[in-house]
Parts: sequence; structure tokens; C-alpha cells
Amino acid sequence: MLRVSLREISAALKEGRVSPTELCQRCLSFIKATKFLNAYITIAEDTALKQAEESEERYRRGQILGDLDGIPVAVKDNFNTAGIETTCASNMLKGYIPPYSATVVQKLLDQGAVLLGKTNLDEFAMGSGSTDGIFGPVRNPWSYSRQYREKSVQNSHTENEDSNWLVTGGSSGGSAAAVSSFTCFAALGSDTGGSTRNPAAHCGVVGLKPTYGLISRHGLIPLVNSMDVPGILTRCVDDAAIVLGVLAGHDPKDSTTVQDPFKPFELTSFIDASKLCIGIPKEYHAPGLSSETLALWSKAADLFENAGAKVIEVSLPHTRYSIICYHVLCTAEVASNMARFDGLEYGHRSSMDKSTEVMYAATRREGFNDVVRGRILSGNYFLLKQNYETYFIKAQKVRRLIANDFVNVFRNGIDVLLTPTTLSDTIPYVEFIKEDNRTRSAQDDIFTQAANMAGLPAITVPTALSEKGLPIGLQFIGRAFQEQQLLTVAKWFENQVKFPMIQLQGMMDHGHTVCRHQKSAFFS
Amino acid sequence: MAASILRRSLLTPRCRAGDVAALHSGPSRRRAQAPGPIASGRRAANSPAGERGVAPWVAVVGLEIHAQISSNSKLFSGSQVQFAAPPNSLVSFFDASLPGTLPALNRRCVEAAVMTGLALNCSINKKSLFDRKHYFYADLPAGYQITQQRLPVAVNGSLSYSLCVGRKKNQMVTRTVRIKQIQLEQDSGKSLHDDIRSQTLIDLNRAGVGLMEVVMEPEMSSGEEAAAAVRELQLILQTLGSSQAIMAEGQLRVDANVSVHHPGEAYGVRTEVKNINSARFLARAIDYEIQRQIKELENGGTVMNETRAFDFKLGCTIPMRDKEGKQDYRFMPEPNLPPLILYDTKSLPANTNHQQVVNIDWIRERLPDLPSVRRVKLVEQYGILPEHSFTLLNEDGLMEFFESVVRQTQMNPKKVIGWILNDMLGYLKQHNLKVKESPVSSLFLADLLNLLERGTISSSAAKQVMEIKKGNQKVLNKLIGLVQRTTRGRVDPVLVKQILEKRLSQ
Repeated sequence: MLRVSLREISAALKEGRVSPTELCQRCLSFIKATKFLNAYITIAEDTALKQAEESEERYRRGQILGDLDGIPVAVKDNFNTAGIETTCASNMLKGYIPPYSATVVQKLLDQGAVLLGKTNLDEFAMGSGSTDGIFGPVRNPWSYSRQYREKSVQNSHTENEDSNWLVTGGSSGGSAAAVSSFTCFAALGSDTGGSTRNPAAHCGVVGLKPTYGLISRHGLIPLVNSMDVPGILTRCVDDAAIVLGVLAGHDPKDSTTVQDPFKPFELTSFIDASKLCIGIPKEYHAPGLSSETLALWSKAADLFENAGAKVIEVSLPHTRYSIICYHVLCTAEVASNMARFDGLEYGHRSSMDKSTEVMYAATRREGFNDVVRGRILSGNYFLLKQNYETYFIKAQKVRRLIANDFVNVFRNGIDVLLTPTTLSDTIPYVEFIKEDNRTRSAQDDIFTQAANMAGLPAITVPTALSEKGLPIGLQFIGRAFQEQQLLTVAKWFENQVKFPMIQLQGMMDHGHTVCRHQKSAFFS
Repeated sequence: MAASILRRSLLTPRCRAGDVAALHSGPSRRRAQAPGPIASGRRAANSPAGERGVAPWVAVVGLEIHAQISSNSKLFSGSQVQFAAPPNSLVSFFDASLPGTLPALNRRCVEAAVMTGLALNCSINKKSLFDRKHYFYADLPAGYQITQQRLPVAVNGSLSYSLCVGRKKNQMVTRTVRIKQIQLEQDSGKSLHDDIRSQTLIDLNRAGVGLMEVVMEPEMSSGEEAAAAVRELQLILQTLGSSQAIMAEGQLRVDANVSVHHPGEAYGVRTEVKNINSARFLARAIDYEIQRQIKELENGGTVMNETRAFDFKLGCTIPMRDKEGKQDYRFMPEPNLPPLILYDTKSLPANTNHQQVVNIDWIRERLPDLPSVRRVKLVEQYGILPEHSFTLLNEDGLMEFFESVVRQTQMNPKKVIGWILNDMLGYLKQHNLKVKESPVSSLFLADLLNLLERGTISSSAAKQVMEIKKGNQKVLNKLIGLVQRTTRGRVDPVLVKQILEKRLSQ
């Protein structure tokens, strides 16, 4: 029952085949059974059950609030949740219970969704592995899938089970793992440089980064204000559209949201591919792109072409400056945003209190990890008067050029761009930590982060399994505020590729029959 | 609710009054003194008394004035603005910088800044930007202040002000100082340093209140000029209602940049005098600093580029121990606020929601008469002296009082003004009363002046009635004596007393 889509479970709830309480309890026990994944930082059992009961009452009276009523969801632990601890996986906010909820969280709750808990992440969402938070790394559910196990046993007989587990990608790895391991039906992530799409791709789920300004950031603890967007992680594109319909729209509390009203949409299964123009950015043939991913990307392009779509190679010439530019802009905003964590109003406060300055310094040293402190230092360096022009202003100009690259491509008739989401499938944790956070982030954000620079919507769709039996996702980037078109294309693609469902065995409840294993029709 | 999440901050000491002030005065510190030629030859020459006849010194004074915007709510949050409310009772989540909160610009504050800009002959920027200015301080919860460093809302204005010059101070001259810019910015909270218990208490009620920073070019040359300019600005703000501009409540805070040099030579090193919290001390603080710099230089010393505070008890400026020199504010665009776009009637897009836009022309059409215009009107309409028109406007409610008396009496306004300025205002000043607290109502004064005008009573009798009205009972007996004399003792003095008392208490 937990393995179905949000849409399907919503129908089951409406038809009375399952009750919200029962559903919530099942999810909660599944969360406990998969605790070793470390997907959740906080499990909000009591409030979730209360919300489920209230939902049940609404179903009984026939007065449900919306499509999400009674549906268990999870939220990344960098969204404020009133009354529920919100930590950003940092000592700085450990124990912090916010007095208000983020607008997106409130919108979910207003629709009757049941909030199961807060998901794990890299500290303050700074990372691409979900490995650098104080609560430890998130384990990729695919580590325990039959698909991966069978292959890895073939490859190596010596590795013990507990050392070759895989990273989820990040920074919204907890949310991706939660959706992928069937402990919830949708999860919120945040996406600043790819933090929703990267783990979604590695965990074989759909990850949507909406257009900047479409969804309120109020209550999302910021990483980079000018690029952050709440992200949506679901098991299929249709579900992402449903959640988007709930979350999108102007928020007076976020002045960067657009005023235009947003009309929720349903996706059609049919598209007239002959009217579609898909762009393949040549600069995305980046060094480090695995041959498998490259082959899959090109197969996907063929798929569109064979269906009658125009597939055109396009150029985004400034792509190669994107990562370095992002580094400057990101750290500068980080340095600024983190200034508020001084131990006075909330959060961690050091016991060293010889003077205010000593207290500040000790609080921040104790509260932030090396990654956060490193970014604060570089950001402050870039913002110094003598460096501002050379770094920050220049990076802003480059950002404009990157954004204009997309403008030009879309002006020339391209509807959506098709790219890889990640360089390759995911890797074991022991491999991942051989490189530092900065190097990893630079590598892993390479295909995703330009969309944040340009504010464009992008979605990763799980496409096929690698030779190792691990998911590979491909990314579609759309025109600003054209989510409907983007998701329609993504849904069509999803229907074509028939990505296999994860077969979780052994580790979780054996009582449930392992789901139907649809053999991929196209990418087998 | 927000207050409860704020721990009453218990910080260890750093209890320097100056330090607090340095932060309160916001981004003014680092602005360079404008280079360029001295504006005109009208600069006052200063030389300390008793010095030999060396080349005279010229002082250059520039002002940065923070005016608190009169608004019900703060610049970027819905918290109420109120003076002397219980500590931390007016603090929203945003004001306390709770993570994830975002600024939402208060339209009223924008309108107040536009209004002020127009009144100060500024060009209003149709597009202005917000920036973050970073520094760590306990009463700045976000670690940065949102201000307008790059592109402020109003630029290139001017302010004309008048002052009395000449040996007898009886000659009115009008001068003009250019306004460099007006920027919108957030106020900080307040730190209260408790030396005895070695702690600092933080009150965030003021944190996030909207300020207009008015930057005047360094074109003044004395404390007196600066004081006159500030007084005129204060009147303008109060007339507009864009700020209550009460210095005692910190609604108008003045920092002065002061330097001295010999005419024809380059500008001297400037100091910044902060902490000038009253109109009374403004001129004194600046003049003291001018004299101090001259003495310093004449004694072969140098003037340091430093921040000094005015100690009103000692009547002098003292250096503030600060690390300002090394401070780098790491300015950055505020990413959570789109550019502030203003419209005029021409550029106003069709079908706009008027609640969503600010129309400069609409505000311009509704500007009230500014003090300068009112003064001209008073002089023209009533034939009074220009300096009298200044006095009428300088005292809150005095102009209205004067006009009310004039309306109700046949006496020539030129004579009325004498009664008001000499007899009534003198008394009020002496007793530290405001016009509105005057025991003599405009109706009463008008009646009295009518009696005088008709010859019913003499001028001295009228003055005595005024005295009684002001509470001087001894004069009553004189008045009774007057009645007795006039009636040659034909009336009962007790009855006279009763009648007089009854009439006077009306």
C-alpha cells in the first residue's frame, strides 16, 4: 500500500480503502523499520497521529480539505515547522523549536497533509551528499535494493554489507531517501544548486525545482536567497504537479514571489511530440560524465526524435563559468545569512562569555561545522571592499550571462532542455568522503546549478538503472514559469522509460509483497 | 509572543556609551568628505581668541541626520512603532531575525521618504535598491542592517535655512545646503549596559523601525549654521508628518563631520561628532570641535580621523574608543527585496492596483505648504517682520494661535504679534510651557486686545490682566485699585474682585 503514488493513495483514502490514521501509523512504523537510513532527524509521531485523526474526522464528515488530506509527507529540516524542532542538521540550531511554520509547510497542513517528520540534510544544506550534518550521513535506500545487491555481489564478494552503502546525494538526501523508501508520499526539499534534483536522481525519484519566485521561501532557512527554491520530491511527475499546485502562488511574506495568480494544472498523458522542440546543450558533455549516463542521455534524445520531436543541439556558452561563479555568489550570501547566528536571540550559545566578542566567536566556532565556517570565511573575503568588484560584481555579471544563455536558447524556439542530472550513478560513502565537501559540491552541482543561476524550473526524472543496478536520472529545464509544459514533457518521458521500482528486501517489512517489477521497456 | 523567545540577553560588559551610539548612527561613518572647491566666500573665519594674527581658519561642516519615520509599523515588518513601550514588546519574528523570516517593505515608509525628498527638492529615483551592511552588534540581531547604499530613494536636493547674523544678531540671512541623498534604512535595537552586574540588556522594540538618513554636503561652516539647517529640516519633517523629529525621543539624530583648513588650501582631516541628541547642544558641539581642531593645529598637533562624542555635561567632544577605522561593512545587495520601483503619472502602468504602487506625482500634488512658504505668506498677509514669521513657525502651535487672535480682533496684526511674542511667549518660555499649555487662550487675548484697541482699557491694564490670567494674583489687587480709581471709589471692592475673578477665569 505504501508503494503507490500520492495520486493513488489519495484515491484510496477517498474511497475509504484506507484511513488516514492507518496510513499514518503504517508510515511511522516503516520509518522506524528503516531508521538505519537516517533519513529523518525528527519523527513528529504525536502531532502526525493527531493530524491523521483530524483528517479521518474530515473524511468521515465528507469535508476534506483537498487532495493532500490525510497524506503523509516529510519536510527537510531547513523549513520552519511551528512547535517541531528545526535543526538544519547543525549544532547551531539543535533544540531550536520555531514559533512559526514556513509558508510551504503551512500550505501542506492547510490541505490536510500529515507531517511525519523532518528529514536529514547537509548542515545548512551545504553539501551534495547528505553526509555533512551533525546527525550523520543519510544512506541511500538503493544500497539495500535487490537490483543493487545482486550486481554488487557479482562484482565483489569481499565487501561487507555495512561498508559499501551508498550516499543519497544532497543536500536533500533525507527527503529523497524518505520518498524512495516509501516512508512518505511526498517530501519537501530545497534547491539552491541542485540540492533537490541531485539526491532525487541518486535515489530514483522525481525531483522538481520550480521557477524562482513561484513558491514562497518564507520560513525556509536560507542558503542563498537569490537561488533557493523549495523543491518537491515525489515518486512520479503527476504527484509533483499535485504538490506544486498546492504550494505555488504569491506570498506577501516573500517579496520575491510573483504576483500573478497560479492555476494548478493536471497533466495530460498525450503530447503532440511533433510540436515539441528539445534542446541538447553541448556544453553538458562535461568531463567526468559517465559513459553510461552519456549513453542514456543520447538514447533519451533519440526517444524524443523518434516520437517526432525536433531535437536540436544548442549552446549555453557560459556554462563552464557557472560553478566558480556560483561559488562566489553562494559563499557571499552564506556569509551574510549566517551572521544572525550569534547565540543571542536563539540557537546555540557558548558558555565562554568573557566578552560579547568572545561569546560570538566561540558560539560560531562551536555551532558551525568546517564546511559552513569555510564558506563564511570565503564569502566575507569576496565581500571585502577591496575584493567586491573583482569577485562579487564580476560573478553577478557572469550570472547574468549564464541566464542570458538560456534566454537566447528559449528565444530560438527551444521548449525544454534535456540534460543529465548527475555525472554518474551514486557511489559508496567510503568513496564519497575521499574528496572534501567543496570539491564534491563543485562536481555534483555541475548540471543542476545553472538553472538556479537563471531561476528556471527544472525536473529530474528517474530514467534507468546503471550497470551497478543504481538509478540514473535525466533533467529537463524549462522556460521560466512554464512548469506545465515542463512537467507535461517530463510525464511523457516518464511514461516511455518505465523506470523500475526499487525492490527493497530483507531490511524492511517482509509482510509487504515486493512491488511489481516492471521491466524497463526502452532502456533495458 | 516574540518577546518570550528572546532571552533577556545577559552579555558581559563592554559598557561604553559611545560604542552604542556609534552603532545607532548607522552607515554614516564611512562616507568620505566631499572633495571639491569651497562653495562660497561666505564662510565664517574662525580663530581662537587670543591667537596671533595668522591666516584665518575656515571650518567645514557636513551633517548626516537620521530621522525616524512616523509610521504605525516598522520598515520591513508589521510590528508596531511606539516610544517607551515595555522592552521587547514590539518585536516580530523578523525583527528578532528568526531564521527564515523575510523583509516586506512598508509602503508608508516609502511614501514618507518620497514626500521628504520632494520637500527637499531632491530628484526621486524611480528605481532604488536595498543593501545589507554587516557588522556584529548585540542590538543588530541579523548581523546586518538593510539600507540603501548604492542607489538611494532620493538624491541631489537642497535645503534653505535662515539665521540671524551681524553684531546684534538682527540681520536675517538665508543659506542653502545641498542634500546629497536620502536613504531608507532600518534602525537598530537598544543596548542597555548594566555596569554593576556586568551585563548588557537588549531591547529590540526599535529594531527595524524605518529611518530616513538625510545626508547634507559639507557646506556649512559653523555650529550655528548647522543648528539652523537642522531646525529647518525638523520643521519640514514635522510639517510633512514624515517624522515627528523629536530629538529628545531620538527621532532625529545628528552626526556632524567637522574639519578646518586655511582658505585656498586643501580640506583638513575631518572628525565625526556623534551623540548629539539635542538641538541645544548641536551648535555647541560643532563649535567646540572647530575650536579644538584649530587649537590642535596651531599648537603644532594634528587632527586625527576619528569619531568623537559630545559630552553635554563637560561641554566638550571626546574621542570614542572604536575600531571603526578597521571596519569593513561588506556591503551586499539585499537579495530578498526586489528593486523599489516608483511611478509618476506618466509611467504608471494601466490597470495597476493603487495599493501596490507609489505615485510620485500624487504625493507631490498633496504636499502641504512648507515652512518657507508659510513664512512668506505670513509676512505678506499680515505685514509682520520676516524674523517674526520664523518665531511663529518655530514654536509648535504659535502660528495657529497668532492667526486665531488676528481673526478675532480688530487690532493690526503687526501690533498683535508684539503682544504674542513679547508678552505671551516670553512668559511661556520663562515657565517652560508649550503654546498649547498657555493659560491665556487666543479668545481671551483677542478680547483683551479689542478692549485695548477701543480705548476701553490702557495698555498697562491689559498687561496686568495678562499677568493675572497667567496666575499672578498680586496683580489682581492692582487691578481692583485701578477700578476703584476709575470709579472714584463708588463700587464695592469685594464685588469688583468677584466680578474680575469671574471674568478672568472664563
